[in-house]
Amino acid sequence: MASVEHKSHDMGLHAEQLSGRTQQRFFDASEDENFTYPWAHEVDFDNKAEFDAADMEPTDINLKIRELLQSGHGDITIKNPRAKHGVGVGILNRAKITYDGSLGYFGCGLIDGPNVHITGRVGWSCAENMMAGTVVIEGNGGSTFGAAIRGGDLVCKGDVGSRTGIDQKGGTIIVGGRTGAFSGFMMQRGRMVICGDAGKNLGDSMYDGTIYVGGEVEDLGVDCVPGDLTELDVKWLSHKLGMYGVSPSCGIENMKKFVAGKQLWNYDNLEPSEKKLVL
Amino acid sequence: MCGIAGLIHRGKSSDVGSEMTAMLQSLKHRGPDSTGFALYGNPTEGQYIMRFKVAEQEDMKRGFDIHQAVIDRKAQVDSRLEEMGVNVVKKEQATEYSHRYTFSFDGDMRRMADFVEDIEGTEILSIGKGLELIKDLGDAGVVSEQYSLSGFQGTHAIGHTRMATESDVDIRSAHPYWAYPFNDVSVVHNGQLTNYWTFRREMERRGHRFMSNCDSELIAVYIADRMEAGDDLESAMRKSVDELDGVFTYLVATSDALGMAKDVMAAKPMVLYESDEFVGLASEEVAIRSVFPNEIKTWDPYEGEVRVWQA
Repeated sequence: MASVEHKSHDMGLHAEQLSGRTQQRFFDASEDENFTYPWAHEVDFDNKAEFDAADMEPTDINLKIRELLQSGHGDITIKNPRAKHGVGVGILNRAKITYDGSLGYFGCGLIDGPNVHITGRVGWSCAENMMAGTVVIEGNGGSTFGAAIRGGDLVCKGDVGSRTGIDQKGGTIIVGGRTGAFSGFMMQRGRMVICGDAGKNLGDSMYDGTIYVGGEVEDLGVDCVPGDLTELDVKWLSHKLGMYGVSPSCGIENMKKFVAGKQLWNYDNLEPSEKKLVL
Repeated sequence: MCGIAGLIHRGKSSDVGSEMTAMLQSLKHRGPDSTGFALYGNPTEGQYIMRFKVAEQEDMKRGFDIHQAVIDRKAQVDSRLEEMGVNVVKKEQATEYSHRYTFSFDGDMRRMADFVEDIEGTEILSIGKGLELIKDLGDAGVVSEQYSLSGFQGTHAIGHTRMATESDVDIRSAHPYWAYPFNDVSVVHNGQLTNYWTFRREMERRGHRFMSNCDSELIAVYIADRMEAGDDLESAMRKSVDELDGVFTYLVATSDALGMAKDVMAAKPMVLYESDEFVGLASEEVAIRSVFPNEIKTWDPYEGEVRVWQA
């Protein structure tokens, strides 16, 4: 079996230090898959609960979710979230959570573990700083989708706005439709899959990571360069996209791959004094 | 930060006063300093509606003389309108310092407007066949109640909740902006224009007047200037995306259309819902949900995008 480092290099990454349970299963079996936070609640996935959030404030919605987790509910449905902001943030627990409707800004940010399903749309900065778990959105997404995520799978089956995966540090972002300008801006780790078109300045100033695009790319940002799509890429893409039921109209084997040219930023090889010159 | 919202009913009238109030109230957290509405009612042939104020809200708290002053200024307005040959058919007082007049007039509208605004403390908020522009300090609920906007029947509207960043907290700096003296063109804006002074000087050289130091006013004047030069609304807006510098998303309304434009960086938010009967736009989806609580398909317009819808 190929080493983690070997697989990463084959897929165009220069370094691979992913964290978060979802990624660890694929890349580093030596990590403890059963890692949980000491304060995580024991939940039963067959223990279902549902509540209507139409007349609730975001804080009360989040407190209610925590109450249900604490009482052992592992399958929670929140009806009518009505695009409220900051809903479902900071959940560090394994659980199945369904939002029957749309979320506003910063929905599902800072989560580490839950499997989230959103039947509507999400606003700006969905799943920002997500660490592990899955978030699957049936509708469209706003800008800065998956900003700075560190692990897990973040999937939007529709279109998303601009600056998707800005500062992405790990994990996987999958977009079933198109993405706007500056997607992958300053990307550091992880993978981004855009089944449709990508706006201008794709991957601008990216340090590392891989971007796959099925449609047209308006133009590439500074230091984002084409890479060769390998068999391993196709295998991985087939696996991941198949999991979530999305696919590019061009076919996976015809997707374009983009990686960091490493001409602009290369912190790993710079002394502190040289970094100052670069910055 | 500021919040902006717009709506247009295609081919029918609705209670756009209540709808815009609900949308703006849900955006209150984006800017609590002031709220403004540009409502487009059903015009009556040959008649105009003028909204004007004779003092700022905060002026009313300064001493006893102001209460008599606003009465005197209003009398001066009446006198000058009569002198200009304006036929005022209805006078309504919205607040102690603001008024709504319905009138007919076939003279030089700009000269009339200049003559009225020459009165101390007096500013025309809007003149239009359909447009009525209402703005004041406070949130949407407060302003809407103060000016009795609930039940206002019309085809479209734009609105703004303001967080003051570039100029003062007063009615003059509140949105929407009207492109004086061009009838029925109004603008709301979220963002900052970095070449404001360059363009303002150019517009002033062409004879346009600016009532505030707020960069957003430039957009209204710019659009009106381009339309006066022969551009249609969409062309004028496309040029603005190329020529205005900064980060911005703005909405513009005319007597029969609603448009949106987003800068090339797409740095300011906008969510859009579009159906055959209705188009709704807002800085946040929560505003659209305030008039459409059921699930609807919404999306973010992209960088540099310009869209125009007809009523």
